Amino acid sequence: MVSEFKKALVSGKFVVTCELAPPKGAHVDKMSHHIDLLKDKVDAMNLTDHQSSVMRYPSLGGAILVKEKGGEPILQMTCRDRNRLALQADLLFAWSRGVRNVLCLTGDSVMLGDHKQAKPVFDLDSSQLVAAIRTLEKGKDLGGNDLDGQVNYCAGAIVTPEADPLEPQLIKFEKKIEAGAEFIQTQAVYDLDKLKSFMDYARQFPVKILAGVILLTSAPMARFMNKNIAGVNVPQNLIDEMAAAPKGGALAKGIEIAGRMIRRIHEEKICDGVHIMAIGKEETVPDIMAAAGVSRAMPS
Amino acid sequence: MIRSITQPKPEEELNRLLSDFNRIFIIGCGTCATLTRTGGLEQVAAMKERLSQAGKMVTGQTVVPVACDNLTLEMMKEYDAGIQQAAALLVMSCAFGVQTLARQIPKNVIPALDTLFIGKETGAGKFQEICTQCGTCVIGETGGICPVTSCHKGLVNGPCGGTDKGKCEIDKNKDCAWTLIYNRLKALDRLDAMRKLFGPRNYLGEPKPGKFEIKAEA
Repeated sequence: MVSEFKKALVSGKFVVTCELAPPKGAHVDKMSHHIDLLKDKVDAMNLTDHQSSVMRYPSLGGAILVKEKGGEPILQMTCRDRNRLALQADLLFAWSRGVRNVLCLTGDSVMLGDHKQAKPVFDLDSSQLVAAIRTLEKGKDLGGNDLDGQVNYCAGAIVTPEADPLEPQLIKFEKKIEAGAEFIQTQAVYDLDKLKSFMDYARQFPVKILAGVILLTSAPMARFMNKNIAGVNVPQNLIDEMAAAPKGGALAKGIEIAGRMIRRIHEEKICDGVHIMAIGKEETVPDIMAAAGVSRAMPS
Repeated sequence: MIRSITQPKPEEELNRLLSDFNRIFIIGCGTCATLTRTGGLEQVAAMKERLSQAGKMVTGQTVVPVACDNLTLEMMKEYDAGIQQAAALLVMSCAFGVQTLARQIPKNVIPALDTLFIGKETGAGKFQEICTQCGTCVIGETGGICPVTSCHKGLVNGPCGGTDKGKCEIDKNKDCAWTLIYNRLKALDRLDAMRKLFGPRNYLGEPKPGKFEIKAEA
């Protein structure tokens, strides 16, 4: 069974994905609500894996819930918390439950999260995790043993187009593709000219690229990201635009900005699609898409 | 020279470890713990003062030249009376010294320090961990800089997404190992080495606890 997301990627249409953070606790009602709201509007939904090293309901549980509700999940997997046995086992389990897409990440430092004294794993790195998926697809595990039933994932990874210095990041990007990544989600890029110059380079590789778009919710939130998130640079003019929004109107302004950026990425064919990260405001994804003039059914 | 880098245990923890013992003999170390100012003459004297004020009886004190050396037991003989009177030995050395003493003297042995890493002195009063003795050395392909040790996540295929302006996501004062490796390989015109996709690391270099024996020649 080919992944629906993969079909969308290879169809050449403008692909839209979004992100859902599983809950801090066992109540999945809110996540369920977001899944119901978004499953028919986007091509696929990423389920984050203890994002920022904050312990939550597992991405695997979220991905299965998306699948059960008829949506298309992209299972985010970091290498922070599981060794190669556990990662492979979860890949087999996810496959058996209908998950067909995986985004491979190294994972944030445990020290940045809410269980600072926990043991970090990092047995594999993101490129090795992509390669591990390709190994499982050949019916073998990483120990070289035969598998009774293999997987066939659409595997992806990430890149930070505004990393400083950039070249080491690009070398890693190329290694991820060499390892077998079929799609790449970028870290949020607000300067679309910089995104364009990255794409001028990235187009030489056989990989689909989705531009990361993080919804700005306020000027202080934009400043916080500039200070604390590696490779994210919200330009001053956008911060000023957020700050100038009328009282109570910052979110609407953020939606407008995200919509404007996605519109340009689509119209100028800068990337193959977008990955919308409306952190904590998942219900605004349809508004962002409407502002951008994009929809799931839209051709490129 | 390699050094064992230590820092004092939190006061509360040390008080708890010593709570059952009233008569204490203090042992410092004249090598690494003296260099890091955690277990030299001055710190041993200050510890004696601290314990006395807390109502403990200090039955004696000394700073042995090299606490991890097996000769330490010989050095301790002249303090036998004080040691015999003590209910516990408080050792202000790294865990090598603490365990050397614990293996040789049938007394309660309490570490006063936490051993942070085996490091190199990189400047006055500055120490850095550069090797974690993993048993499967990769630095022949990384410009002589160890990513297993110097990268916070021990990554062997290049930087993670947390690297920023050459620094690590956990500390803006910590160099990103992969920026250092990149700069060095670039200077050596060996960036091709960084493009090599490494497979999963071999963590079986030497199963814990490490053990080694020189084979007798035939």
